[in-house]
Amino acid sequence: MISLKCENLYVGYDGKTVAGPFDFEIGSGDYLCVVGNNGSGKTTFMKTLLGLLPPVSGRIVFGGGRTHPGVGYLPQQTSVQRDFPATAKEIVLSGCAGKMFLSRADKRKAEFNMNRTGVLSVGNKCYRELSGGQQQRVLLARALCAANDIMLLDEPVSGLDPTAAKEMYKIIKELNRDGMTIIMISHDMQSVAENASCILHVGDTIYFGGRDEYYRSFSENGGR
Amino acid sequence: MNTIGHFQKTGDADMLDKLLYYFQFPFVTYALIAGALTALCSSVFGVTLVLRRFSFIGDGLSHVAFFGMAIAGVLSVSNSMLIVMPVTIICAIAVLCTGKNSKIRGDASIAMLSVGALALGYLVMNLFSVSSNLSGDVCSTLFGSASILTLSLSEVWLCVILSAAVILLFVLFYNKIFSVTFDSDFAQSTGIRTRIFNLLSAVVIAVIIVLAMNLVGSLLISALIIFPALSAMRLFKSYRAVIIFSAVFSVVCAVAGILTAVLTGTPVGSTVVAVDIAGFLICCGCGLILRRA
Ligand SMILES: Nc1ncnc2c1ncn2[C@@H]1O[C@H](COP(=O)(O)OP(=O)(O)OP(=O)(O)O)[C@@H](O)[C@H]1O
Ligand SMILES: [Mg+2]
Repeated sequence: MISLKCENLYVGYDGKTVAGPFDFEIGSGDYLCVVGNNGSGKTTFMKTLLGLLPPVSGRIVFGGGRTHPGVGYLPQQTSVQRDFPATAKEIVLSGCAGKMFLSRADKRKAEFNMNRTGVLSVGNKCYRELSGGQQQRVLLARALCAANDIMLLDEPVSGLDPTAAKEMYKIIKELNRDGMTIIMISHDMQSVAENASCILHVGDTIYFGGRDEYYRSFSENGGR
Repeated sequence: MNTIGHFQKTGDADMLDKLLYYFQFPFVTYALIAGALTALCSSVFGVTLVLRRFSFIGDGLSHVAFFGMAIAGVLSVSNSMLIVMPVTIICAIAVLCTGKNSKIRGDASIAMLSVGALALGYLVMNLFSVSSNLSGDVCSTLFGSASILTLSLSEVWLCVILSAAVILLFVLFYNKIFSVTFDSDFAQSTGIRTRIFNLLSAVVIAVIIVLAMNLVGSLLISALIIFPALSAMRLFKSYRAVIIFSAVFSVVCAVAGILTAVLTGTPVGSTVVAVDIAGFLICCGCGLILRRA
């Protein structure tokens, strides 16, 4: 089943193209890694998928023809105010805030996801007093609350120590095994090689292909 | 100006008696109701404004409302609300709904609006005013001198209905307000239409500010917005607790301030703000002690 399809998609700001054309589709349960240099337009591409930016041209289709597919999103950086009073639990619950009132099921879902990412014990602590890694896990749990079957992660391990990064990859891998489609921006080529099922390279030319094809063409061309 | 003076009872020093005496007059009850409700509305939305770095919006918009009043005065419109409300709402939308990429950022545009509207309002009053007591008029719109003690029953009802609407909106949209304030990009990705949301909150904030002008006048509105939020943030770390505490804080300070003003004959607006400042200092102290412990 198709999970996401881009048709001749160009992304950018104010009508000015940053990257494109994207022309590919992924199935549900795929693990897509998006790679490319700093400033090549990966975050821009992801924001366009989320509907935060309008496409410059082209089309995005989600599986089942849904307009709003219930995607989970872990941003590259949140400009959270330093003095924002909010507990970890309140933030995770805000992943369910698409609807008016929170049901008991939503609260259970939040607790379940906090348990999954290992932040249940700090649930009542203030977000700004958590460590960077804990904050990242709280945001992951929030994204999980919003996700039906697609997760978009923008450099989920930036700022994490190697152990925490490994842990993060493990959580993401488990989600993927449970059937979640993962789209992840990453600079960590080792984890890309280990986990990805397909790879999207963003740069002057856009490349999309299976992991093994990518590495074959990568070695033939002597790098991109 | 000197509404209180007429009711000054001679030769009775007992505060309670004096208070009971004043409660015979409906204007005291009206003032308390209107004051408490305005304080409640401005504090719950104040938290959001402070967190979105719009602390000074109260200042800017109230000066716009001042400008609106000047225009209404010159045109001698019977109900000045008809001009003040639309003008304030339009400016609120212009400031709060500019995107993140706009050329002039939030604080600068508020400062521009604030100073510009104040200057033009005074200019208009000066050039076209028919009143003999110009500086008295200006002073009372800026500092709200005694206008809250001269509310009519219909004005109190208007205040009650508008505040009820504001509070209802806040309760209904509590979760979404949190989500958008904390991270508006993420909120949009979960399907919240942040653009409409910002529009709606701009309208609500404009309404609150026009209401609050009755209570403290346009120079002191920022105090109603900032002090409850900052006091609560000194003490509490969860959003819900901050909202609840700032609402209670604000209502208590407003009631205490109005009663003090009535009893001692001081100007209402400045007295309420003085009580707010005292409350803020107490909260700072408690916050320090809590953190040490
Ligand atoms: N708000 C913006 N308005 C206009 N141009 C922008 C904006 N944000 C980013 N850009 C430009 O778009 C280009 C792509 O930026 P983007 O953030 O998508 O890069 P990226 O691939 O995510 O890089 P990184 O690996 O550093 O995260 C950059 O050249 C940047 O200058
Ligand atoms: Mg990026």
